[in-house]
Amino acid sequence: MKQLFNTKKNILNIYLTAGYPKLEDTVKIVKTLASNGVDMIEIGMPFSDPLADGPTIQNSSTVAINNGITIRKIFEQIAQIRQTVKIPIVMMGYYNQVLQYGANAFFERAKVVGVNGFIIPDLPLQIFQEKHQKQLEQLDLTMTFLITPQTSDARIKQIDALSTGFLYVVSSFATTGSKSALKQEQIKYFERIKALDLKNATLIGFGISNKATFDTACAYANGAIIGSAFIKALENTNDVKETTARFVKGIRA
Amino acid sequence: MKYQANKDGFYGEFGGAFIPEMLYHNVAELKENYLTIINSESFQTEFKDLLKNYVGRPTPLYHAKRLSEKYNATIYLKREDLNHTGAHKINNTIGQILLAKRMGKKRIIAETGAGQHGVATATVCALMDLECLVYMGEIDIARQAPNVARMKMLGAEVRPALSGSRTLKDATNEAIRDWISNPVDTYYLIGSVVGPHPYPDMVARFQAIISKEMKQQLKAQTGNEYPDKIIACVGGGSNAAGAFYHYLDAENVALIAVEADGLGVDTGETAATTQVGSEGIIHGSKTLLMQNNEGQITEPYSISAGLDYPGVGPLHAHLFKSGRGTFLGATDNEALAAAQELTRLEGIIPALESAHALAALKKITLQANETVVVNLSGRGDKDMETYMHKLNS
Repeated sequence: MKQLFNTKKNILNIYLTAGYPKLEDTVKIVKTLASNGVDMIEIGMPFSDPLADGPTIQNSSTVAINNGITIRKIFEQIAQIRQTVKIPIVMMGYYNQVLQYGANAFFERAKVVGVNGFIIPDLPLQIFQEKHQKQLEQLDLTMTFLITPQTSDARIKQIDALSTGFLYVVSSFATTGSKSALKQEQIKYFERIKALDLKNATLIGFGISNKATFDTACAYANGAIIGSAFIKALENTNDVKETTARFVKGIRA
Repeated sequence: MKYQANKDGFYGEFGGAFIPEMLYHNVAELKENYLTIINSESFQTEFKDLLKNYVGRPTPLYHAKRLSEKYNATIYLKREDLNHTGAHKINNTIGQILLAKRMGKKRIIAETGAGQHGVATATVCALMDLECLVYMGEIDIARQAPNVARMKMLGAEVRPALSGSRTLKDATNEAIRDWISNPVDTYYLIGSVVGPHPYPDMVARFQAIISKEMKQQLKAQTGNEYPDKIIACVGGGSNAAGAFYHYLDAENVALIAVEADGLGVDTGETAATTQVGSEGIIHGSKTLLMQNNEGQITEPYSISAGLDYPGVGPLHAHLFKSGRGTFLGATDNEALAAAQELTRLEGIIPALESAHALAALKKITLQANETVVVNLSGRGDKDMETYMHKLNS
């Protein structure tokens, strides 16, 4: 991951919900994303009560849970993906899922199957420091924290110091999947972050849905994360490979 | 102070604020301000005045003689059912609305299950002339029509929660999402001792008026402010938190929490969180909750919509784990029978939630000289359809 951020600009990170639209689609979709030039993958662990996510991702999570997705299954799928796919993979999920699996076992297993890092939006900084930081360092796994337009400069610096891999820059006051163009006040916020000269790379997420918003985000950060727009594209597809390839081409065109 | 939240909002190992960064600022703003504001003289003056002249406090502590005779003990009912809007919920909404006003908030959002908290919130918003939006599960909207109508008449918008199981936990998720999207002008008015710190502590402080009055009233009526037992029902646990609050450190007072067993603890159709749940995180709080081994939160069931929540507040998780609280359960049928019994013995129709607390009288050993207080958290008007259905079947 470090190498990716050191050598590349305009990084495209695509989020997908594991086990969606069909239980066994995860591997196909990730392979297609990678072969079409996506730089990084964020695999969502479907959760019943995803507070930070909007309706699109919650609905895809409900479908995936009903499809029978489990954390063990996701690890199996990632192991399969890793047979051919080399780009960084991070897992995104909620802390309760990690706790129920058993945090130590979860991080160890993730390492074994080839995961590079995590985004756990409801994991407090202090709990991370007390309970998980050391293990992740030992396993050489990254932890990404979020920053928002309301996060103070002082707190951004604290979050930057604790984060490894990259910082997730939440573009606006919203849950995932809200649309509309990036507004002037958001640009100001991106500029503020850029001026802080942080140690971590930054990826902008929430509201990045097409080529225009992706390009704007890339002007102010190392790249961007697209989630809900991709999940929406998968909603009614009969051919996940074709839809996935077309979606990536639309962003990278 | 063994049973109070520490500065980070932990009750023993339970509580805290497990929230995404998008909520950090809102919650921090509240955490930094709530104690200063609610301890201020101007707040206390206004709060006390409204509780007295608007809500109708103090609520009576009623010596239920026929009920006492039946159970061979001295039983008192703390009459929270006599509050304005019909339940203890308004103690908290009055407190939080005064706080929201002092924090300069213009828009109030809330979640509701049965609609009691929604009505109490819509009521104080009408009183304070503040915009009010209540999230309510689509399924609950259908089964709690009278409360939906009350909220609308009071000027609130009732917005259906369409995600997940479309009940209270999803209404809570939607309210939290709304707060994430509107962090500057909006105040999230939570209805129970759940959610991220400081909510459990704050709501418990507002409900603590129940046990504060209980102490004074017991002293006046019996000469001893300490009863032997206090019984209260627990969904999220706000009425129990209020009834227990000033007795938490009085270890000779037994604190009995009654959960909804639904069709029975072993049937899978239950809301008895401490019996079938495990430790985890729900709505930003580390506590006991009902979940599967993947950490997916499961749907509770109870005939009583107010007890139909898949978690308990962190204070109650701590009382359970430490053994300070005794946790019992009552099934739907036991609660219905207890409601019928109180109605015929004392002429008081209790809410279905409170009926669960009354049902515990059959499950505990009582001595003739013992003093027991049952917190009668609400009145049964809202449950008449269920009661009638039962009477006719």
